[in-house]
Amino acid sequence: MTTHTFIEILRRAIDEEMTLDASVHLLGEDVAAGGAFGVTRGLAQKFGANRVRNTPISEAAITGVATGAALCGMRPVLEIMFIDFATLALDCLVNQAAKYRYMSGGQLAVPMVVRTQAGAAGGAAAQHSQSLEAWFTHVPGLVVVAPSSPVEAYGLLKSSIRLGEPVIFIEHKRLYTMKEDLPDDFELPPIGQARVARQGSDVTVIAYSGMVQTALEAARELAESGISAEIVDLRTLVPLDMATIAESVRKTHRVIVAHEAVLSGGFGAEIAARISSELFDELDGPVLRIGCPFAPIPFAPELERALLPSSRDIVRGARQLLGHAG
Amino acid sequence: MTTVELDDWKKMYRSLWRIRLFEERVQRLAAAGEVPGFPHLSTGQEAVAVGVCAHLSVEDILFTSHRGHGHVLAKGSDLQATFAEILGRQDGLCHGRGGSMHLVDASHGVLGATGVVAGNLPLAAGAAWAAQTQGRSNISVVFFGDGATGAGVFHETLNLAGLWRLPLLFVCENNGYAEFTSREEHSTVTNVSSFAAPYGIPTVTIDGNDLLAVHAAAGEAIARLRRAEGPYLLECKTFRMAGHYVGDAQQYRTKEELAAVREKCPIERLRRHLVTLGVDAAELEAIAGHARQEVDQCVERARAAPRPDPAGVLDGVYRSMSVAFAQAEAL
Repeated sequence: MTTHTFIEILRRAIDEEMTLDASVHLLGEDVAAGGAFGVTRGLAQKFGANRVRNTPISEAAITGVATGAALCGMRPVLEIMFIDFATLALDCLVNQAAKYRYMSGGQLAVPMVVRTQAGAAGGAAAQHSQSLEAWFTHVPGLVVVAPSSPVEAYGLLKSSIRLGEPVIFIEHKRLYTMKEDLPDDFELPPIGQARVARQGSDVTVIAYSGMVQTALEAARELAESGISAEIVDLRTLVPLDMATIAESVRKTHRVIVAHEAVLSGGFGAEIAARISSELFDELDGPVLRIGCPFAPIPFAPELERALLPSSRDIVRGARQLLGHAG
Repeated sequence: MTTVELDDWKKMYRSLWRIRLFEERVQRLAAAGEVPGFPHLSTGQEAVAVGVCAHLSVEDILFTSHRGHGHVLAKGSDLQATFAEILGRQDGLCHGRGGSMHLVDASHGVLGATGVVAGNLPLAAGAAWAAQTQGRSNISVVFFGDGATGAGVFHETLNLAGLWRLPLLFVCENNGYAEFTSREEHSTVTNVSSFAAPYGIPTVTIDGNDLLAVHAAAGEAIARLRRAEGPYLLECKTFRMAGHYVGDAQQYRTKEELAAVREKCPIERLRRHLVTLGVDAAELEAIAGHARQEVDQCVERARAAPRPDPAGVLDGVYRSMSVAFAQAEAL
């Protein structure tokens, strides 16, 4: 058993996959120097500059290069430093990478992982803090993965690299310093399978990425007042594991969907709609959604705190649902 | 410079005709409502496709643009399967999932076309990077129009290709128009080749309607690429004899301009050249006749090909991976 931070364990996952498979290559801005957050530190020294490629600040071109290389049998792992910068790469991700398998009638595939980092923390402000995952979940052909802890990130990144599809792998910057032990008998999770992060019986909180940790905090608080919350960690938004969601809803009959992204048009709306249409008879109340109000992420710490959804919001929501349930 | 046998010129003459007649049939069937979508014709630009692709092998990678039928045919793709794809048939290159703007034929190195101008450029750079990294001797070629030079990713890709010395041939078909807007109206830069020098990329601007010039320039450029000397930008000045898409009335072009364009026809120019080399005009007419026969036959077979089964509409969005995935996909 070894203790790793989120950053260290990502490095370990990449290192292991590069060792196993010579077609795995890294590219991105500053990756040879370790990347902006140190995830790839030391890998250029170990694997050489050919396999760990620094690129110009050209998100559109480097995403295209990764996609083109993937079409030719390579397995690129591309780093887009902030998900906010993925806006510059959207043509390639949305129009090219996502559609290649389908448009070519199955002749070609894009086995590529786009690692990117999202979420608000520490005053990164409006252009370095967004949670834009819903955009990618709207595009058939992409896989969207959002790990909630170091151990989860380790398994999901390795599974993503082996998957053979274009994967948007979203890391929450607030989790980067979180530490966790990697068990010796660790098994890789399949892509498309959610997990129950905490068992409970009164209310289900469905979350992903950093919000899973917030939900776990809320669950501990709720437990003190005798409310048992079950936390479902989606792990992957596309594909969405409705079976695990359904199992939990059938147990608790009360649901909160929590994410850090802006509430309006967020992925929580999709989950709420799916539950409402597929599990309506199981519900004892409306599906509650928790997310950011409709505003950019502000700079000042007081404003940032005021905007972000917190464990207190989840606690309040759970109490409200239980009250409604009478 | 490589010497070209007379037989090779005759083959290329036939190749020009195949593309011309193919596009003619696309145009006619599109006008009759038989072609879904909005195909873009390469009529008048055939010499660029044929002159460049004459130097390529099956292993070489080709990316084309929205105006790509000619490139795909010149690269060696099956004419009938290409036409069937444009008609949206199950027997088409992509089983009717791609269409005119998304032709892919991996078995002939055609890795894609793009409906988004300039989107193909970095993909071609990625294929070149793969060839370089995997230590293979093949090269990557990307065709694009002068309209693509207005896109940021064109400049990003030039920089990256120059920096990494990628085996990537940029072939610009400068037909003087970005959709309906003339080059003078969309750029202060007359020659696309001017963009290459700052990135350390060798370049030349040639008459793209002169097959001999294209063949010679492409041969030199590709020889450099095969010697691992880095990327090259070949600018071919050409003329779009058709509109931007089938049905474009071209009110932005004068009658005089269109008449002059017809005089510059690359097929007629090669024909005259071959006659001066002593080839019998009747033989050339027969070559064109054979091309017409082939195209007509293939087109009729493509028209008779089965349409895709709507039951398969979800096939191939993903490779089916796990139970969880299949379940999610089913919804």
